[in-house]
Amino acid sequence: MTVLALKDAVATYGEVRVLGPLSLTLAPGERVALVGRSGAGKSTLLSVMYDRWRDQGAALMPQDLGLVSTLSVFHNVYMGRLDRHPWWRNLLTLVRPRRRDVAEIDALLGRLGLDDKRWTPCGELSGGQRQRVAAARVIHQGGGMLLADEPVSALDGPLSEVVLTALTDAYPTAVLAMHDVELALRYCTRVIGIQDGAIAIDQPSQRLAATDLLPLY
Amino acid sequence: MPLTATRRVTLGLILAAAVCLLFGDFEISTHDPWQALGRLFMGLVQPDFSRVDFLGEALLRTVAFAFVGVGLGSAAGMLLALLFRHAWVRTFCAFIRAIHELFWALIFLQSFGLHPITGVLAIAIPYAGTFAKVYAEILDECDPQPERSLPQRAGRLSALVYTRISQAWPHLVSYTAYRLECGLRSSAVIGFVGMPTLGFHLAGAFAQGHYSTVGALLLLFYALIASLRLWARPRLLPLYLAASPFLLGTGLPIMWSNVSRFFTEDIVPAPLRNGEGLAGLWPWFGDLLLGQALPGIWNTLLLTQIALVLTGILAMTLFPLISHHFTGRHLTGRVRGAMGHGVLVVMRSTPEYLLAFILLQLWGPSMLPAVVALALHNGGIIGHLVGRRSNEIHLRQDAPGGINRYAYEVAPRVYGPFLALLFYRWEIIMRETAILGILGIATLGFYVDSAIQELRFDRAMVLILITALLNIAVDILARRLRAHLRLSHTARSEP
Repeated sequence: MTVLALKDAVATYGEVRVLGPLSLTLAPGERVALVGRSGAGKSTLLSVMYDRWRDQGAALMPQDLGLVSTLSVFHNVYMGRLDRHPWWRNLLTLVRPRRRDVAEIDALLGRLGLDDKRWTPCGELSGGQRQRVAAARVIHQGGGMLLADEPVSALDGPLSEVVLTALTDAYPTAVLAMHDVELALRYCTRVIGIQDGAIAIDQPSQRLAATDLLPLY
Repeated sequence: MPLTATRRVTLGLILAAAVCLLFGDFEISTHDPWQALGRLFMGLVQPDFSRVDFLGEALLRTVAFAFVGVGLGSAAGMLLALLFRHAWVRTFCAFIRAIHELFWALIFLQSFGLHPITGVLAIAIPYAGTFAKVYAEILDECDPQPERSLPQRAGRLSALVYTRISQAWPHLVSYTAYRLECGLRSSAVIGFVGMPTLGFHLAGAFAQGHYSTVGALLLLFYALIASLRLWARPRLLPLYLAASPFLLGTGLPIMWSNVSRFFTEDIVPAPLRNGEGLAGLWPWFGDLLLGQALPGIWNTLLLTQIALVLTGILAMTLFPLISHHFTGRHLTGRVRGAMGHGVLVVMRSTPEYLLAFILLQLWGPSMLPAVVALALHNGGIIGHLVGRRSNEIHLRQDAPGGINRYAYEVAPRVYGPFLALLFYRWEIIMRETAILGILGIATLGFYVDSAIQELRFDRAMVLILITALLNIAVDILARRLRAHLRLSHTARSEP
């Protein structure tokens, strides 16, 4: 995968410019944490990146997760690979999942602590469980890079580490919007601070401490 | 007191209906209407279930035609719903659903004859138009995020099924189940023009004066609809759908020469067929318009207006029957509420056409049976929905009781939703009014039916087209009024 670049990207809602102009490049193997106050433009930036890099295999884990609440956990995870199977197999899987797919997805669900929920409709899960299903889906999807918006916001201590480890194992290249500064510094190689729709800080993680990011909030 | 928009529209509708009453014909012409009514009542109290084969066939065919018609309609409707963003698809759907299933049946009777395909298409075509519209609305309301998060190259079909259809599935199922109930009513009614369903058997029993058989047929039909949820289980549906095509009966074979003659010759306007060209077409059309279409339109509008207002009055009067603000929540209240539900279920389960047919036998031909039938059926539906809506209202603890509670607390709160529902039914009432003409009331259906009797299919087709346009016009008017009064209520909230 080559270097990914945004050049003078902007985003507007109606008349109001909420992001940019903003430029950045992303090297393969880089894991970027987007930090900043809520409303600073992190989600908008992720959305712009997704539109730009979708064709190059970027996977998205949106903040509202994008789960289909009427489908089971298994099927929601399976959706990550709808593009790898012919349409008739996808339709068949809705009615009768293949044993191999179930085994593969089961392993993933086990890692995320969801193995007993395989056939539960997503609408019946708690917020934290839903977030782990969405994580399982992007991990199952695979691809060149991950764009995740607050991937562990609904999870507590140990679980959030399990999920972040799983996500970063699956995607060496990733952009993660995070509000937990400690976690951001631990799991990412680079931190980009967003303020009022522009880049305020852009540093490798090892050069930063949590206190350096306080001015952003 | 200020005349708000809602009051102005309400008063306008009532005033128009009052004027229409002056022009209408509401005579009871039978010799002894009460005796006939009494005989029917006795038939309902002492039904005769002994003719098992007769009753069994009526029910079996009614169910089979409903399943095949609604099944095909829903499959075609889903395909059309996926193309609904194209204006030509929307127009096409509005057009095919503006033509009543009985008109479709009359058209296909002339081409395919008494073959089961006539009944199947008569139900499937207008239902496909309705399914397309409602399915498209349901699919549009889905959360777009899951589709956006899918891998880029997921196929369109897979993406559609996994995201939008999966999300909408519960709504799609519940709407389709509701339409299956409507389909049973439509299936019963197409019997009146010769299909082997309930209407056919009912008309036969009436003609022979077998009131106890009439009673048995009606009671079985109510039981069939009331128990729909018990036997139409999702797991059994594939079985029903697979078996139904074999239970339609054989009817008469299709004469293919008739089919091609009907579509290539019979429905071509006479002057064109006889080579008179456009010069002959205008007098022909003018004659048709002045002599048949205009009187038909006038009577249709007249009857629709009166039926609409009577429906509204009935609905606003009857909804307290199922509203716990009036029945009470304790045991006696629950019993009273259940009885109220029973009354409204019977009212809305009886198709207008069937009710009008019965009342016409009892009272003789005039507008009265039609107006009463339309108001009872539609009043039952709207009353049920308004009552359910009123149960969502929380009254303060010291709210007044009785008529004060109705007039000050409940009625003002449900009046907006009530008007929205009434406007939704407007087009349906108009469609039914036109069709009741087949029974001999001089609405558009009467002229269509007469033209068909005289084998003037070209005239019948033009009159059916005019009826369809009239329905579309009323639908547009109702939508404008809803927007004007800022009433929002989706069509799917029908029972």
